[in-house]
Amino acid sequence: MDADDVRRAIWRMAHEIIERNHGLDGIVLVGLQTGGVGLADAFADALAEIDGTTSPVGTLDVAMFRDDIGIRPVLPEAVTDIPVDLDGAMVVLVDDVLFTGRTIRAALDALNSYGRPRSVQLAVMIDRGHRELPIRPDYVGKNLPTRRDEMVNVSPQGVDLGELVKS
Amino acid sequence: MKHLLSIAELTRADIEQVHKLTDSFAEVSRRSIPKVPALRGKNVVWLFYEDSTRTRLSFEQAAKRLSADTMTFSVGSSSVKKGESLRDTVLTIEAMGVDAIVVRHASAGVPWQIATWLDDRVSVVNAGDGWHEHPTQALLDSYTIREERGSLDGMHIGIVGDIKHSRVARSDVLAYTMLGAQVTLIAPPTLLPPSLEGWPVQVSHDLDAVLPTLDVAYLLRMQQERMTEYLVPSLREYTARYGLTLRRVDALRDDALVMHPGPMNRGVEISAEVADLPRSVIIDQVRNGVATRMAVLYLLLGQGADRVLDSDDITVPELQEVVG
Repeated sequence: MDADDVRRAIWRMAHEIIERNHGLDGIVLVGLQTGGVGLADAFADALAEIDGTTSPVGTLDVAMFRDDIGIRPVLPEAVTDIPVDLDGAMVVLVDDVLFTGRTIRAALDALNSYGRPRSVQLAVMIDRGHRELPIRPDYVGKNLPTRRDEMVNVSPQGVDLGELVKS
Repeated sequence: MKHLLSIAELTRADIEQVHKLTDSFAEVSRRSIPKVPALRGKNVVWLFYEDSTRTRLSFEQAAKRLSADTMTFSVGSSSVKKGESLRDTVLTIEAMGVDAIVVRHASAGVPWQIATWLDDRVSVVNAGDGWHEHPTQALLDSYTIREERGSLDGMHIGIVGDIKHSRVARSDVLAYTMLGAQVTLIAPPTLLPPSLEGWPVQVSHDLDAVLPTLDVAYLLRMQQERMTEYLVPSLREYTARYGLTLRRVDALRDDALVMHPGPMNRGVEISAEVADLPRSVIIDQVRNGVATRMAVLYLLLGQGADRVLDSDDITVPELQEVVG
């Protein structure tokens, strides 16, 4: 995917979000640190352009809720910032790549600390498969079959697929 | 990081990493449910051979916000009274399966000694050893200055009072200078250590002369028991020369901070009014203490976290554009 493809996918998913929720009432976008933060902003811009209303945008770092603390290095990447009360909100979690689903599980736990949302939906740019938990996205930019040892990089300039290089 | 024993063993990068982590844990404390499951299943024991209220409560709050379990070994009502040695006490606690021991002891070096007795699985945190060090206090003090002023680089920090008997002063001097600040110790000669050789500090006996140049006035507690040792003639005389009164505060620059590790003797080293001025960040120090200790416990017990410091084993992927 190149920059135009990414932009078109964001535009399409923004329409789907509005369609699914019959508007933007109560919608709060929450980008996961760090890959989902820029995307959440991009969604907010697209939604504002389509619907004319601005949705609050927050960021969430799930490091302290992960289930692999003690197994691999897990350090918070940035400070969480949820600007609104999530009680009764319709949260759209935004991330760049959906892989094992463990980040999303941690995010669902983390959201509990900020209130009880009416619903939580998930938007990802890339679904690369290999789920280890019963989690599925509601909005997908592109389904991308991958091998486990491959890497996927998402940026506004496009989506790249690479292999881990053994040095 | 396996143990946190002293500031002297840390580097500037270590301290900055703790500060960065502290930002994240400070945010946890602001949530409507200020608790994360990060250290679920970990067990921390408080081994305090010296009285402590705020440090122990602060550690306790930090551990609970991380969902760790805690146990208190109360020295006053325990086997220590029956003559058990420190080594036997520590090995007994270890055998019960703890993950960290937070220790305070009147003798310098006890945390090191304990660390050598334990196997690799157990972390030791120094919560104050004699007159030697109190590393988490220095981490939270430097974090508080960084929070207020952005950075310690180029700051002039005056530490006022009983330097000789103060582990806080020793840890603070190391942390502040490591982070680029300049430190002046201000005290009567009797309250300074016998030798300051190797200390990266300036010394003054005249508080009024130094005040206008300070970014931070850090006041130490004037301990009542020093009177019986005839180190100062009287508390009134100490206050007259080294107490931070309302009149003296006027000499400080507008953006200068007033700090104190607590507990305060209002009316001795700090006047009651000064302690409540907006520039006094003493309550912020306490608040930051919890977040700082969360960061420390997480770094030590969220194993594997230290490997992040060493990025050599992270390989850079070769990326190619995805078609479609």
